[in-house]
Amino acid sequence: MFNRLLLAAMACFLFSTSVLAAELTGTLKKIKDTNTIALGHRDSSVPFSYYNDKNEVIGYSQDLMMKVVAAVKKDLKLPNLKVTLTAVTSQNRIPLVQNGTVDIACGSATNNLERQKQVAFSDTIFVIGTRLLTKKDSGIKDFADLAGKNVVTTAGTTSERLLRKLNEDKKMGMNIISAKDHGESFLTLETGRAVAFMMDDALLAGQRANAKHPKDWVIVGKPMSNEAYGCMMRKDDPQFKALVDKTFAKVMKSGEAAKIYKKWFMSPVPPKGMNLDFPMSDDMKAAFKHPNDKAFP
Amino acid sequence: MNYHWNWDIFLAETPSGSTTYLGWLLSGLEVTIAVSLSAWIIALIVGLFMGVFRTVPNRWLSGIATVYVEVFRNTPLLVQLFIWYFVMPELLPVSIGNAFKSINPFLQQFIAAMLCLALFTGARVCEQVRSGINSLSVGQRYAGLALGFTLPQTYRYAILPMAIRIILPPLTSEFLNIFKNSAVASTIGLLELAAQGRQLVDYTAQAYESFIAVTVLFMAINVVVMVLMHKIEARARVPGNAGGG
Repeated sequence: MFNRLLLAAMACFLFSTSVLAAELTGTLKKIKDTNTIALGHRDSSVPFSYYNDKNEVIGYSQDLMMKVVAAVKKDLKLPNLKVTLTAVTSQNRIPLVQNGTVDIACGSATNNLERQKQVAFSDTIFVIGTRLLTKKDSGIKDFADLAGKNVVTTAGTTSERLLRKLNEDKKMGMNIISAKDHGESFLTLETGRAVAFMMDDALLAGQRANAKHPKDWVIVGKPMSNEAYGCMMRKDDPQFKALVDKTFAKVMKSGEAAKIYKKWFMSPVPPKGMNLDFPMSDDMKAAFKHPNDKAFP
Repeated sequence: MNYHWNWDIFLAETPSGSTTYLGWLLSGLEVTIAVSLSAWIIALIVGLFMGVFRTVPNRWLSGIATVYVEVFRNTPLLVQLFIWYFVMPELLPVSIGNAFKSINPFLQQFIAAMLCLALFTGARVCEQVRSGINSLSVGQRYAGLALGFTLPQTYRYAILPMAIRIILPPLTSEFLNIFKNSAVASTIGLLELAAQGRQLVDYTAQAYESFIAVTVLFMAINVVVMVLMHKIEARARVPGNAGGG
């Protein structure tokens, strides 16, 4: 009797340690060993990931990333998990994820095939269309109206690529200005150097909310492409990716993600308390219904 | 670290067709050289005059030169560039500002970057010219004046030929700096070498290959500059003199 109990207890002990020790690999092992998770965020991707006036990181993507932190705490039983925040840019986020400076980066990163060679993407957290921001009275209604004009876009974005391709394919004679970040692109538009600003529609809404006179600006044009945003993680780390995807699937299906969406896109947001007034698109509803990590073509 | 290396990326065609990624880097190299060389020529002229002004016994001229140096040497280069590119056209009369903003964006960026680099480097050249002049014995100036030269003639025939020889080595580092500083122009959208390198990262996600290539190209420029300046130093040397021998 006693022996059998001992045996059972030993089996129990062996089994439970093997679950914890043998199964943890990659990022989750690193988090468990160091009791720290390193998050990457953006500094001016309104309303996805940016600073508020108290220098705290806030935004739609940040809220979702904090859901992942909560899940890690629970699954690894690390109630005192330390969280470090590192600001990343669109240029350095891939190397910083790869070299382990950050474990996961949620901002406004498009999931595409080139990037998939370097990093893994979580399930899609947002779907955007690339459109144009222009002055209400500029007379520009669609991409065809841009022929021969100065157009600004942010360097390093898919919009830049599409705009250059459109210019060459259709011989439109546009002068394309590549600004350093979205704020500078909008400044270029606002000072009259360009007649339109091409970018992801949600980011255009964010820039408009920050403008001196938001009512002067309109978002126009048929989307030239649709893109899926995802969080970046290290490649070949199925355990961590499974945890992240499971977390996202849960909040998307429970309606929690829709609430977070409402908070950032349909209600007043910092810094100016403007409402982006950006209703959820059908593509996004589909992504929430069937969570997946596919890049849009 | 699981990085996916791919050196063939330079020979791959860009999405817009007509050239390879290496072609992008080389066109960036051309812009870097063009903007840096034109800025360097302006900087030398401005720096030479301002440096002379700082040493002449005329309160107005030396005052102007001092203000110039303090303003341009004590503010960050990036801030100066943003002022040239974003603020200047708004400060000019509306018609001139709008005229500038409606010319080809590449030209706007090029002119702003060239002026910014030229005046920033000019302030540094100015200080070197001044220190070169001050390092000469004051007797040279007196000797020139005693021989009946006017002050400009004394500078032209006695002081500057020696002073410039002395400051050739520090001028070499300014010349090298202007190429490296030109990378700030990428922040206003000028597609120079650093900007093309960054664009390559954005398009291909091959960060290490493109940054290594950009580094190698910048180093190549600087090796050429160093060899050239060594040749000039050797030719200009006056045997038995400070800075020369």
